Amino acid sequence: MHIMAQAGTVSAMSKAKSHHWWRDVAGIALIAAFGAAGYWLFPDNLALLTRIVAVALLVLSIDLVVGYCGVATLGQAALFGAGAYAAGIACVNGVTEPMTLIAIGAVAGAAAGLLMGGIMLRAHGLAQLVLSIAIVQLFHEAANKASAYTGGSDGLAGLMVSPLFGVFEFDLWGRTAYLMGLTLLLLVFIALKFVVASPFGMLCRGIKQDPVRIRAMGSFVFPVLLKMFVISGAVAGAGGALAAISTQVVGLDSVSFELSANALVMLVLGGLGTLYGALIGTVIFMGFEHMVSAINPFHWMTMVGALLIAVVLAAPGGLSSLVERISASRGGKS
Amino acid sequence: MRTILSIAIDALAFGMVLFIICIGLSLTMGLMRVVNLAHGAFAMIAGYIASYAARDLGLGYAAAIFLAITGTIVISIPLERFLYRRIYGSSELTQVLMTIGLTFCVIGITNYFMGPTLKTIPLPQALSQPVDVGFRTIAAHRLFVIACGAAVAVGLWYLIERTSFGIKLRATVDNSAMSDALGVRTQVVYAISFAIAIGLAALGGVVGAEFLPIEPYYALRYMVTFLVVVSVGGAGSIPGALIACLVLGLVDTTGRYLMPDFGNFFFYAAVILIVCLFPRGFLGRAQ
Repeated sequence: MHIMAQAGTVSAMSKAKSHHWWRDVAGIALIAAFGAAGYWLFPDNLALLTRIVAVALLVLSIDLVVGYCGVATLGQAALFGAGAYAAGIACVNGVTEPMTLIAIGAVAGAAAGLLMGGIMLRAHGLAQLVLSIAIVQLFHEAANKASAYTGGSDGLAGLMVSPLFGVFEFDLWGRTAYLMGLTLLLLVFIALKFVVASPFGMLCRGIKQDPVRIRAMGSFVFPVLLKMFVISGAVAGAGGALAAISTQVVGLDSVSFELSANALVMLVLGGLGTLYGALIGTVIFMGFEHMVSAINPFHWMTMVGALLIAVVLAAPGGLSSLVERISASRGGKS
Repeated sequence: MRTILSIAIDALAFGMVLFIICIGLSLTMGLMRVVNLAHGAFAMIAGYIASYAARDLGLGYAAAIFLAITGTIVISIPLERFLYRRIYGSSELTQVLMTIGLTFCVIGITNYFMGPTLKTIPLPQALSQPVDVGFRTIAAHRLFVIACGAAVAVGLWYLIERTSFGIKLRATVDNSAMSDALGVRTQVVYAISFAIAIGLAALGGVVGAEFLPIEPYYALRYMVTFLVVVSVGGAGSIPGALIACLVLGLVDTTGRYLMPDFGNFFFYAAVILIVCLFPRGFLGRAQ
């Protein structure tokens, strides 16, 4: 409702949006097609694909904060982990309906996002980055310590999820989990498309570019950013819950600094500030990781490092901007 | 009383190790405005070189330290020239990402050559035995580390506040275009201060190997610790870094002694508290 109240500030957007609605429809259809292709092409690797979908949700949530609000964070896994543990604990305690679990994860993620945003947004620049790291480390310690609820370093195992809609069981090959995850990803993606194109989303981008000016225009910066944090927490929490449901175990690595850093790398690889970039980065990063780290995990680190340096120096907008740049130059020639 | 004293000595030594490593990072961040997350990677390289020199080549401890510092600086020079020089003045996110990438590369390459095991740097006889200081005995290595930390603090203060290089450095930091126009060769100043920072990281990595063991994921594991210490102290401030290292060293060591189950809990709780109270760190400059 509050979003609508700000509609007057940025009305030009609706015009621009109506021009490109067919592009978004095509993009979403493309994602669905890729997802379905993955289902048919790699029937033995559905667990990996489901993991990619879950991490894609995390990367999307980072994009909301970093790409659209300009708040640098290296602690987003705290929100992912909050969702995963909330869903896991609920499941162990008898709530086994998968859609309810996802909702629980999203709510827990949103709550964690509210807390994290409330702390992080007090600082700026480097201090903000450091706060995000400290928060994810504290979450990690807390999850480790509260072993009565979280299983500590052994992880929370034994999640028995009941069939989806009472019909589709979660089988050994992970078909149900993958299709559910893919549907979830599409729904979240469509919802986020509306969020970032809304006046609220435009306001966030304005804050990213010039917070002082936005304040001078009469908007409050803090509540807007906090709202985005909560949305981003819900997305990350849903991703965490999906990971918990599909693997039936929640490990401490889901609240780790490493996961946060890797997810940020994926986002930058794909391109900041575009939702497509988040998905492209995740798929490329995790696909390569799966292939190379099977040979030698240290080769993988060298490769990611080199790739990261190359992207930062040569293509600061990420791979998706590279695609755009190439297609733009082609369009110019023809 | 006994426990308090041994906690105090360990905390002081640990704080000094943090200080020797972090002051280099504080210089790059505060003076050159580069968030160099690969700082720990250079300390790790130095640790590996020292371990190789002391164990495989059979050199003495002092020679190993010297070799490690020189070797690390030599490695860092082309990196400064070709990578870091491109990100001076970029946004924090860009710098963070490039230096994380560099860290990954260093970890991968180091492990390819040195193998994924923990490396030790054997201490000489004089440092491995306890020293009697009158009322009780203290491990000589602890005293050595504390002395190194104090020497680094005084030496850096002298370099920055009392020498002509220090004047050029401060001028470059305050207004690099203007000092360029006045005949200060800013690129050279940057390169030298970067080399000093890396040399300090190397020294800290080697003498601190007892506290922060040299292993494959060293660069990644302590990356966060170093960054946190610098931002708590205030980037670019030597006394700030010293206070931060001593406070955090004390909090961490006390927590580990009295409540070992809680691991890093106290460290990060203290960090959140301090950063919320002092958003620019203890003695950071206003921006």
